[in-house]
Amino acid sequence: MTMWTRLAAMVAITTIGVTALAWSAQADDLRGTGDMGIIIERASGSVLVVENTHMTQLGRIEGLGDLSHASAVYSRDARYAYIFGRDGGLTKVDLLTAKITNRVMQSGNSIGGAISQDGRLVAVSNYEPGGVKVFDAETLALVADIPTGSKTVGLVDAPGNRFVFSLYDAGEIWVADMSDPAQPVLTKFENVGSQPYDGLITPDGRRYIAGLFGEDGMAMLDLWNLDKGVTRILDGYGRGEEPLPVYKMPHLEGWTVAGRRAFVPAVGHHEVLVVDMETWKEVGRIPTHGQPVFVMAQPDGRQVWVNFAYPLNDTVQVIDTQSLEIIKTLTPGKGVLHMEFTPRGEAVWMSVRDLDLVRVLDTKTFAELKQLPSQKPSGIFFTSRAARIGL
Amino acid sequence: MRRRMTKRKVQKSAPKALSLAMILSVALAFSASAEIPVERKAELRYVLAQDCGSCHGLTLRGGLGPALLPERLQGRTASDLAGVILDGVHGTPMPPWRPLMSEEEALWLVEVLKSGDMVK
Repeated sequence: MTMWTRLAAMVAITTIGVTALAWSAQADDLRGTGDMGIIIERASGSVLVVENTHMTQLGRIEGLGDLSHASAVYSRDARYAYIFGRDGGLTKVDLLTAKITNRVMQSGNSIGGAISQDGRLVAVSNYEPGGVKVFDAETLALVADIPTGSKTVGLVDAPGNRFVFSLYDAGEIWVADMSDPAQPVLTKFENVGSQPYDGLITPDGRRYIAGLFGEDGMAMLDLWNLDKGVTRILDGYGRGEEPLPVYKMPHLEGWTVAGRRAFVPAVGHHEVLVVDMETWKEVGRIPTHGQPVFVMAQPDGRQVWVNFAYPLNDTVQVIDTQSLEIIKTLTPGKGVLHMEFTPRGEAVWMSVRDLDLVRVLDTKTFAELKQLPSQKPSGIFFTSRAARIGL
Repeated sequence: MRRRMTKRKVQKSAPKALSLAMILSVALAFSASAEIPVERKAELRYVLAQDCGSCHGLTLRGGLGPALLPERLQGRTASDLAGVILDGVHGTPMPPWRPLMSEEEALWLVEVLKSGDMVK
């Protein structure tokens, strides 16, 4: 071996060594996002990036504006979160780098959003000016503007690359077919009921249901049979009883299903209503501690967790879905605003706003597994939502 | 109550009652805030930002409920606005807050709103 060949061999070995080192370093840094999520810090305009395997905070992203009532959806690769702020800000954040990728101020006042079935479009529903704006999920460039002339709520994605939403002032449900993103095809349903305040879609993406504030009942649209129009379910559930004051609007987020029963909050009555999903008739009502806000089923449907409106928002109740009994009443602290289950439901994370704390509880034993400090936490969103219709 | 007491005093002794009336009117002007303990005020401010904020926005620029910025409230009297807080607005999601606060507290909240110091 000449000196030159020896030198060349050494260089080659060194290069291989360096490359291997670089790869191993990268492999250690690499991670999936399947156990990750974000927590909205509503008052400080920031979000925490967290992971639910070791229950830790990985980072904090700041500069997202007014996040009261903020919500989020995920890109289909579960790497990016799209966060919808109250001030009309739409922010795309990268969970892996804990940085803002893109941010646009898309309206004066927004309430929520959705991502399309194909993952290419992000839609935002707005109070002011009312309507829905649709953006390219990659660039956040405006793709379509759908004015409604009404506060627009309950926006969800539906199969067929459609968005469905409700018009609060007008009492309508609209379906926007986004097959050609620049030319949405609208189907409108009028007189669905008074003041639809939120909407949800069944996990199979077939039925859209709007909750009504102005009357006792819900409006249901079968997206497989649009020609049949909107039908009413749970009509007159208040039975003429004087409604109680509602100090926080209930939220319909996802569909709380256990077997063939679905669980929804009554409005103005301290009850959770139980509906049979084949007959769409009421099959039970469960008296609760206060006005339910979120009624959330564990992923296995075994238990339903309920939080409540001000001033009873220090309490969470757990309903057994077989017996329809409340089996546990917890008092995590004042200002329980949201709950989120880990993907398979062994734990629940709950934000306790007034304690600046997120509590993680074991859903089987109710034991506290962890506390994470967080500034005025509200919504908690795990990436498992990325693969679910309507979330 | 206080006004009635003042009148009685006026009948008894005019000069003394006059000074008392002056003190009382000054006291009344501040009564909306003077009678509410500091801790309760802090609590009410918190409720205004966080819980009213659920519908009216944390920065009070509106949401499901209208914006509560001082310029929007200009044309309405304090007692009118306090009435809205206490009794709600029928046919809208604005609930009556009377079960949760006194008239003095509602009037004080109107003062806070009109002053604009909650608006960030």
